[in-house]
Amino acid sequence: MSMLHTVNKSPFENSSVASCISMCAKSSSILFIEDAVISVMKSTKFAEMIESSLKDFKIYALKPDLEARGLSLNNVIEGVEIIGYEGFVDLTTEHDSVQSWL
Amino acid sequence: MSEEGIVKKFMYVNRKCPYGTIYALESLEVVLITAAFDQDVSLAFTDDGVYQLMKDQKTDGIGMKNFSSTYAALGDYEIKKIFIDKESLDERGLSISDLQELVWEDEDEDYAEKSSINLVSRAELSKIMSQQDVVMSF
Amino acid sequence: MKLGILINEGPYQHQASDTALQYVKAAIEKGHEIYRVFFYNDGVNNATRFASPPQDDRNISKEWSALAKTHDIDLVVCVAAAQRRGILDKGEAERNGKDSDNIEEGFRISGLGQLVEAGIQADRLITFGD
Repeated sequence: MSMLHTVNKSPFENSSVASCISMCAKSSSILFIEDAVISVMKSTKFAEMIESSLKDFKIYALKPDLEARGLSLNNVIEGVEIIGYEGFVDLTTEHDSVQSWL
Repeated sequence: MSEEGIVKKFMYVNRKCPYGTIYALESLEVVLITAAFDQDVSLAFTDDGVYQLMKDQKTDGIGMKNFSSTYAALGDYEIKKIFIDKESLDERGLSISDLQELVWEDEDEDYAEKSSINLVSRAELSKIMSQQDVVMSF
Repeated sequence: MKLGILINEGPYQHQASDTALQYVKAAIEKGHEIYRVFFYNDGVNNATRFASPPQDDRNISKEWSALAKTHDIDLVVCVAAAQRRGILDKGEAERNGKDSDNIEEGFRISGLGQLVEAGIQADRLITFGD
């Protein structure tokens, strides 16, 4: 069974990003939404954690949330797929279940 | 009551300390209601959620209702699959003996009291989570 | 697919309700059915009729109400969480001896069983919260 994990907090705010990654099974996907999109920028101290996670999971970030925060799509870590709300809907239906890390 | 025989695996994931926010209490309220629906229910306590099961909670000083005794009633409601993340305990300098002992009575074995608690590694909990149909995280 | 939505945070304080609105609109656009939107914890505050944000900003309660009306969506507010936070319909106001009700059109108050039922009947349950 494959699970979609959504994370919505900045990794600087709390440990939800780290907790999610530590609890994700290998066939899962992680979608960063809201403040959590900060996680996928090349420049932060969490970049290495995300790059390393790309070996085990598919990682996505919500485009409207990146744009809202003035984060350049060109500075997103390579391998992270940028999607819209339609893509978010698709991810929820393509996976067997959804877990939200708040 | 059961919805036309559908039985799903429901997992309630508890990640927050009690009392600082309402999530521990209101999560427990959902769990108890779910008991009436004949579903396959599990509870997971990870991150700060492990504090929800601490023994000896005394809330008079903060003026809030102490609801920790409700966890002990879970067994009576046939909620007997409780998973505790060992790494979360270790990170916080806690051990299983700091937590309430939650039990259920097995009517197939003359109502013998059995522990509902499963101390698991993060890897094991991850596997169990990935097998659930419905996950609600509080 | 049939989608169940759980919203655990109130309007404006956090982006949860806004994200849920965008998600629901996208899901409807893609032809999915919204089985139920259940408001729990501070999410019940999305059901207030008295929100008065600035004219040039969104009114989240009214957006949910309008979406529900257009697409026949079941918006359910948890009775216990609503009582704690003072969101009441006429019946609850009378039962609790209050002088007024404050629930927005399109929302109904009911028990947690409606959330569990959504978990059982919907193909997917997605949580938006703080």
